Amino acid sequence: MDNIHIKTPLLLETADTLKAGDHIYITGVIYTARDAAHERMYAALKNGEPLPFDPENAVIYYMGPSPARPGRVIGSAGPTTASRMDKYTPALLDAGLRGMIGKGRRNDEVKAAMIRNHAVYFAAIGGAGALLSRAIKASEVIAYDDLGTEAVRRLTVEDFPAIVVMDAKGNDLYSAEQKIEYI
Amino acid sequence: MCIEANHFLSPDMREALSDALKREDSPLGKQVLTELQENLKIAGEDMIPICQDTGMAVIFMEIGQEVHFEGGDLNEAINEGVRQGYTEGYLRKSVVKDPLIRENTKDNTPAVVHFMMIPGNQVNITVAPKGFGSENMSRVFMLKPAEGIEGVKNAVLTAVKDAGPNACPPMVVGVGIGGTFEKCALLAKKALTRDLNKNAGEQHIAALEKELLDRINASGIGPAGLGGLVTAMAVNIETYPTHIAGLPVAVNICCHVNRHVTRSI
Repeated sequence: MDNIHIKTPLLLETADTLKAGDHIYITGVIYTARDAAHERMYAALKNGEPLPFDPENAVIYYMGPSPARPGRVIGSAGPTTASRMDKYTPALLDAGLRGMIGKGRRNDEVKAAMIRNHAVYFAAIGGAGALLSRAIKASEVIAYDDLGTEAVRRLTVEDFPAIVVMDAKGNDLYSAEQKIEYI
Repeated sequence: MCIEANHFLSPDMREALSDALKREDSPLGKQVLTELQENLKIAGEDMIPICQDTGMAVIFMEIGQEVHFEGGDLNEAINEGVRQGYTEGYLRKSVVKDPLIRENTKDNTPAVVHFMMIPGNQVNITVAPKGFGSENMSRVFMLKPAEGIEGVKNAVLTAVKDAGPNACPPMVVGVGIGGTFEKCALLAKKALTRDLNKNAGEQHIAALEKELLDRINASGIGPAGLGGLVTAMAVNIETYPTHIAGLPVAVNICCHVNRHVTRSI
């Protein structure tokens, strides 16, 4: 298995080289947002208002951490289920979003918007929040502080491990790997 | 107990995760399971929750009928324990006050508390924080009696297939069969707290547990849903008598962070 190191902002040319099944390490700045933050960002886009960060070539991590102990950067920090963000995702992709980190399947609208915008969906290992927190070197709330764990955070990550699940050409590792024929 | 449950798994769960790594043969699956072992180690050593979703606190209270509580509201005492545990333990506050208005209560209360009366003068408290990645993939099926055991199998396998990577496999599958609509759901939840090495008491149910586990693991979903042999570590089934007209089945799926701590007073 080749290990591929990529940097953010995630450029279109880099995104296009990634293939479903690739094991990658991300270094740079990524932004956290989950359900409530997505609802607000979606509303902002509809109203022509600015987002908390520049979406162009950005990577969003679907994650709400546990509180940091004193002296620590962050608490446990694993991915949440991505499909809950599907309703809002095509609009963000059309605004320039290039990458998403989460877990679980996406719907066809997201897949189409990813192909249209040359974007990539990565899976981090669900439930490995203690391990993943080690790759996070800095964390700062930049918007929606009132949402608590759901606030938008700017994270600086070093070699954050993830797997390309859906690439910019629409290949989907989840559907490729499952051969479910039960009854 | 909230803090303990969120940082340390029970011995049977730890054993099941080690066994999963020994059994898995897909390279990606092996890597995922190795990283989950490492994650558990870091969680315990550095006191970082195993998973950032430290759950909604589900509490089972088995109260001996000879016991009398004095000096306050027991419900409030339980919530105060949850409040202190989640605040002092740096656990995530994931509870919203109203399911539609969705304002965070900021202390992870209220808990979901189930009271059961038992004979004697003992109180058994089980704290089982439940994450919602897997909770969201859980189902209740109101089957017809004519659908029988095949209907039950189909229900469980459908729930697992639909859950797939969303429920953070390798999972533990809790199943409740019988009772009423709400009783089977409670049985399924309770089944998740049973020792993974213990089969159901009745032979035909134990055989059903084994068959379902084998078929779930033949699905290829694998660790983290990335393909492999180990999709589930156990299927635990609890049953209860039911009505002549019904066959309720509840499937409560839990991720690989199946947390529960019990204390007796």
